Amino acid sequence: MTTTTLSPAPTSPPKLWSRLRRSYAFRATLQAIFTAWLVVTVTFVLIRLMPSNPVDRLVDRLMNEQNLTLEEAQAQASAMFSVNFKAPILEQYGAYLLNLIRGDLGVSISSTNTPVTEIIARFLPWTLFTVGLGLLISFVIGLLLGMMMAYWRNSLFDLVISTFASFLSSIPNYLIPILLIYVIGVQLKLIPVSQMRGAYSPTLKPGWTLEFITSILTFALMPVLTYVLSQFGHWALMMKNSTLSALGEEYVNAAHARGLSQGRILTAYVGRNASLPLVTQLAISVGAVVGGSILIEQIFQYPGIGTRLFEAILARDYPLMQGIFLIITLTTIFANLLADFLYSQLDPRVKIGG
Amino acid sequence: MSTLQPTVPTPAALPKLRPVAWLRPLLKHPSGAFGFFGVMFFILLSFVGPLVIPPTKANPSNQYLAPSPTNILGTDNQGKDIFTQIVYGGAPVITVALIAGLIKTAVAITLGALAAYLGGVVDRVINGVANFILTIPYLVAVTVLASFIRLNSPVLLAFLIAAFAWPVLMRTVRAQVLSLREREYIEAARALNLGTFHIIFREILPNMASYIAISMILAMTNAIYAQIALITLGLVPFSDQNWGIMIFKARTLGAINTARTAMYILAPVLAIALFQWSLVTLARSIEDVFNPRLRTGA
Repeated sequence: MTTTTLSPAPTSPPKLWSRLRRSYAFRATLQAIFTAWLVVTVTFVLIRLMPSNPVDRLVDRLMNEQNLTLEEAQAQASAMFSVNFKAPILEQYGAYLLNLIRGDLGVSISSTNTPVTEIIARFLPWTLFTVGLGLLISFVIGLLLGMMMAYWRNSLFDLVISTFASFLSSIPNYLIPILLIYVIGVQLKLIPVSQMRGAYSPTLKPGWTLEFITSILTFALMPVLTYVLSQFGHWALMMKNSTLSALGEEYVNAAHARGLSQGRILTAYVGRNASLPLVTQLAISVGAVVGGSILIEQIFQYPGIGTRLFEAILARDYPLMQGIFLIITLTTIFANLLADFLYSQLDPRVKIGG
Repeated sequence: MSTLQPTVPTPAALPKLRPVAWLRPLLKHPSGAFGFFGVMFFILLSFVGPLVIPPTKANPSNQYLAPSPTNILGTDNQGKDIFTQIVYGGAPVITVALIAGLIKTAVAITLGALAAYLGGVVDRVINGVANFILTIPYLVAVTVLASFIRLNSPVLLAFLIAAFAWPVLMRTVRAQVLSLREREYIEAARALNLGTFHIIFREILPNMASYIAISMILAMTNAIYAQIALITLGLVPFSDQNWGIMIFKARTLGAINTARTAMYILAPVLAIALFQWSLVTLARSIEDVFNPRLRTGA
C-alpha cells in the first residue's frame, strides 16, 4: 500500500500516523482514554447540572445545619469539592478536570476534611486484594472444571458440577455471604464470622510477621470464598461450551492424526484456544464483582472500597461518592484495556485484522 | 457443529405464536421442565397465593417459633408467619422485574435494529453509548444514582434498572439483524418498498422470537439482582411486603447470627435464589431446545 499525499506536507508523518491508526494497541488505548473522559464529564454533569444536584443539596444542608449564609455555604461546598462553584460553568469544568489530573478529588464531608484520595488509598487495596484473589482462584478452578466437563460430557461428574455451577452462578453474588455465614458460622461453627470485623485482628501490629499475614488471610477468607463461589460456575460453564466447540475443530483432528500426545493437544491446542473468549470476559467481570462488593464487604464488615462507598451514600457524602465512583470506573476501564492487550498477545489474529 | 457464525433458527424449528408447540419439546428436556415448573411455581405462589392465604398478624407471644405444621417456615421477631410473608412478598419483586425486563428488551431491540439497519452515524452513536455503559460497573452506577433520585415508585425503579442493562442485548440484536439483512426475503421486502419499520418489525424480529424470549427472561434475572441489592442496602423506600425488605429487616435485626432466628433471613434468600435459578435454567433450556447454536450474552 502506498500512502497518498494530498497535501504538500512531508510524507513521513502520515505514514507514522497510518501505522499508528492501524495498531490495535493504539486504538484500544485511545478508546480507553475517550471512555475515561466521558465518564468524568458525565459525572461532572450529574453532580453539578442535574436538578436538585448534590452541590445544591450540600449548600442547603450546610445552611440549615450550621446556620451559614448562602455565601459561606457555597464557599464551604466549593472547598469540599475543590471547585469554585460561583465561576462560569466551563471554568468550573476546567478546574475539575485539572484537579482530577493532579489527583485532587476534594475532601470528605463525613470524615471531616480528610482528602478523598487519602480515604481511597486506605480502602481500595483491600478490595483489589480480595477481588483479585477471588477472581484468579475462580478463573483457574472454572477453567479446569470446564475442560473436565467437556471431556467427560454427559457423565455423572458433568451433571453434578453443571447443576452446582448453574445454581451458584444464577443466584445474586451478594446473597452468597448470607448462606456462607449460616453454613460456616452458625451451623458448623468453623469460623466466628459475625465477630470478625476489619481486615486483620485489631490486637496485631501491621508488619511482615507471619502472625500478621495469617491474620490478613483469615479475615480475607470469607470475601474471597464468596467471590470464588459466585464466579467459578460462570467460568466453568463458559469453558465447557468453549472447549466443546474447540474439540470439534479440524486442527484438533489434525493434531491427533499427527500423533501428538494427549497432554500437548489439551494444553497447546484445545486449552489455549478455548480459554481465549474467557479472557475478555475476565475484564468485564471485574466491574461486576467490584459492584457486588458494595454488599459483600458490608455484610462481612470488611474495610474495602465497597463498604466505604455504601457509608458515603448513607451519609450523602457527595465528594467521597464521586471519588469512589470515578476510581472504580477508571479501574474497570483500565482492566478492560489490559484484557485487550492480553487478548491481542494471545490471539495474533486480532493484531492484524480490524 | 464447528461453525461459529451466529445462525438464525430456520422457520421450521420456530413455530410463531403457538405456545403449546413451544412447550412440548421444552418439557421433554429435563432441565427445561425444572426451569418451567420452577418459574410457574413462584408465579402462582406470588400472584394466586395472596388470594388464598390470609395475611399474617403480629403476635408477640409467637416470637421466632420453630417450623411446625401451622408455621411451615416458623415465625419472625414479631411472631408473623414467615411463609405467609414469602407468599405476599413475591409479587412486587416479580412485577418490577417484569417491567424492567420489558423496558430493557424494548430499548435493546429498537436501538439494535436501528443501528444495524440504518448504519452510519446512528450505528456509531448507539454503539458508542453502549460501550460507555458497558464499562461502568452496573451495580455501582445504579446504587449511586439511586441515592440521587427518590425511588418511590416501582416503575421508576424499573426504569433505573433498565437504563444500564440494555447494551449487551442491543449488540446481539444488531449482529442478528446485520446477518438477517442480507437474506433474500429481506431483499425482496426492500424491493417491494415495504419501509424500514415494516421490514424490522414484521420481517426480521419475528425470526428472532426465541432469542428475544431468552433475553427477556435473563433481563428479569438482572432486574431482580439490581432490585434486591438496592432494597437490601436500604436505598429504596418501600414499605410493603417484599422479599428484599424481609432481607433488609432480618439483617438489621441480626437474624443470621443464631440458628433459632436464621430462618427469617434464609427464607427470602432461598426464595430469590431458587426463582433466579429457575429463570436461568428456563432460559438456557429454551436456547438448547430451539436454537442450540445461538449463544446468549447476559
